[in-house]
Amino acid sequence: MSEIQAALKYNSPSTFDVDGIRADFPILKLTVNDKPLVYLDNAASSQMPQQVIDRLVCYQTTQHANINRAVHYLSEVATSEFEEARRKLQRFINANEEREVIFTSGTTDAINLVMHGYGRKFIGAGDEIILTTLEHHSNIVPWQMLAEEKGAKIRVVPINDAGELLIDEYEKLFNERTKFVGVMHVSNALGTINPIKEMIAFAHARGVPVLVDGAQAVPHMKVDVKDLDCDFYAFSGHKLCGPTGIGILYGRAELLEDMQPFKGGGDMILSVTFEKTIYNTIPHKFEAGTPPISAAIGLGAAVDYLSEIGMDAIAAYELDLLKHATEQINAMPGVRILGTAEHKAAVISFAVDGVHPHDIGTLLNQEGIAVRTGHHCAQPIMHRLHVPATSRASFAFYNSMDEVDALIAGIRTVQKIFT
Amino acid sequence: MANYNSLYQEVILDHNKKPRNFGAIEHPSHHAVGHNPLCGDHISVDVVLGDERIDNIAFQGEACAICKASASMMTTAVKGKTRAEAETLIQEFLAMTTGKLSHEACPNIGRLAVFAGVSDLPTRVKCAILPWHTLSGAFNAVETTSTEAEEDPMHAPIGDA
Ligand SMILES: Cc1ncc(COP(=O)(O)O)c(C=O)c1O
Repeated sequence: MSEIQAALKYNSPSTFDVDGIRADFPILKLTVNDKPLVYLDNAASSQMPQQVIDRLVCYQTTQHANINRAVHYLSEVATSEFEEARRKLQRFINANEEREVIFTSGTTDAINLVMHGYGRKFIGAGDEIILTTLEHHSNIVPWQMLAEEKGAKIRVVPINDAGELLIDEYEKLFNERTKFVGVMHVSNALGTINPIKEMIAFAHARGVPVLVDGAQAVPHMKVDVKDLDCDFYAFSGHKLCGPTGIGILYGRAELLEDMQPFKGGGDMILSVTFEKTIYNTIPHKFEAGTPPISAAIGLGAAVDYLSEIGMDAIAAYELDLLKHATEQINAMPGVRILGTAEHKAAVISFAVDGVHPHDIGTLLNQEGIAVRTGHHCAQPIMHRLHVPATSRASFAFYNSMDEVDALIAGIRTVQKIFT
Repeated sequence: MANYNSLYQEVILDHNKKPRNFGAIEHPSHHAVGHNPLCGDHISVDVVLGDERIDNIAFQGEACAICKASASMMTTAVKGKTRAEAETLIQEFLAMTTGKLSHEACPNIGRLAVFAGVSDLPTRVKCAILPWHTLSGAFNAVETTSTEAEEDPMHAPIGDA
């Protein structure tokens, strides 16, 4: 461990100790169809290092009880570990205050919280919500539900052929009815990194709050919500080397305080009579019921692990993986990359001439390679690019250059079978 | 694990590349369109059902190799058969690909046994059965059908990401 930790202090991707890191992830030792697993579906969900698994075991074997409820020893330990996890997440995204960090069950839950808590209170008939063509269904459907309920309208920022948002068009969408902007930081389907800081500044100059779907950004780069100046920022633990069933909504304190609760129940109240209920303060107002305590603590351990490596080092190394993969795929006849934005995260959506993505997925799986095929919960992009589906390789910092080469060899095998 | 190494056999690749009975029929007696909403694939099937037998059948659409080959081989298998024979074959094909019957237990399955391997691949079963669903829909005057329809024998979820 100490050797790895020493090696983890690099600052250039060429000295990135990917072998040492891989040793932390037990699942990477699996074989699939008698081939070493090559896990390239990190945008769907990432894998968990032993350090996080150990933390979960430790919690469950020595610290578990319900939180905020009892004076006994275990309840106090569990409560303090849960709140410590909140502080870890606060530091990780550089939020001003820990009460601005709400535990949710994931990105989807976080966005729905904002839709119910903010949208249903502050958005009304004739108001407009700006979204983008790139959005994941989880940042489309809740707003459609709201628009339908309230008679509000959704306006959509278009993209160019490279998969980049047309910022001029974004700016033109604003008018006096614009009440909200929802935009993803990094596209799960194409990898595009959106210029959200500039987009937020533009919206704020017109008094419009912005929610950022950061599900694909937080695992791959340093995210600083203070620097971005966003109003809401949502992400999921399971894409961040943490457990499923946990996610984060960062919200600006004064907005969270003005919002109505999303779910009602225990822990979100100060007092209840049948005449009147007084809601708890933030963040507890938004955490009704027993939260996923162990998952929250596991996520705290995951961000410790990532911070130890350093998000800047992770971003630099993943950019190297992306460059290596992009160069090789571009050199392959009959293979086309969808999403060629200038600023991209390590996600490659691709099409192989004459081969349906589902066949690519099945045949790569035969080689032990896990990619995602389909519409990636982003059907509006598929329509825009005139493809029903794509194959997608999405990388993490524990992927090696050899695994990129395995993918390239796998695609060649697919082409050979289909010629 | 899966024996689907044999799934992408010559015969499937060949039918994918050169699908038989590909296209539309001008005046079909029966017609239906089938969708697989999980991948956006769709297939349309036109049938000319005479007094006794299926006189003509054709399909067209956007689909993966498994689906296209399944459709192509379906058309060659049912052409000239009675509706009742075709319906028996539909039942056998569904039972085989969903793992309810082995291909040996399906007396009429013949060359379609190459699709037995998909029963190990829950995410691909729907690709293989879409044409058969659609043919069944055409017979029963269901204009559009879907692998997600209520009566779907397989509910293999495909994850979201
Ligand atoms: C960009 C983006 N937003 C939202 C989500 C939804 O995340 P979850 O399913 O964890 O709520 C995902 C992934 O599934 C995603 O990639």
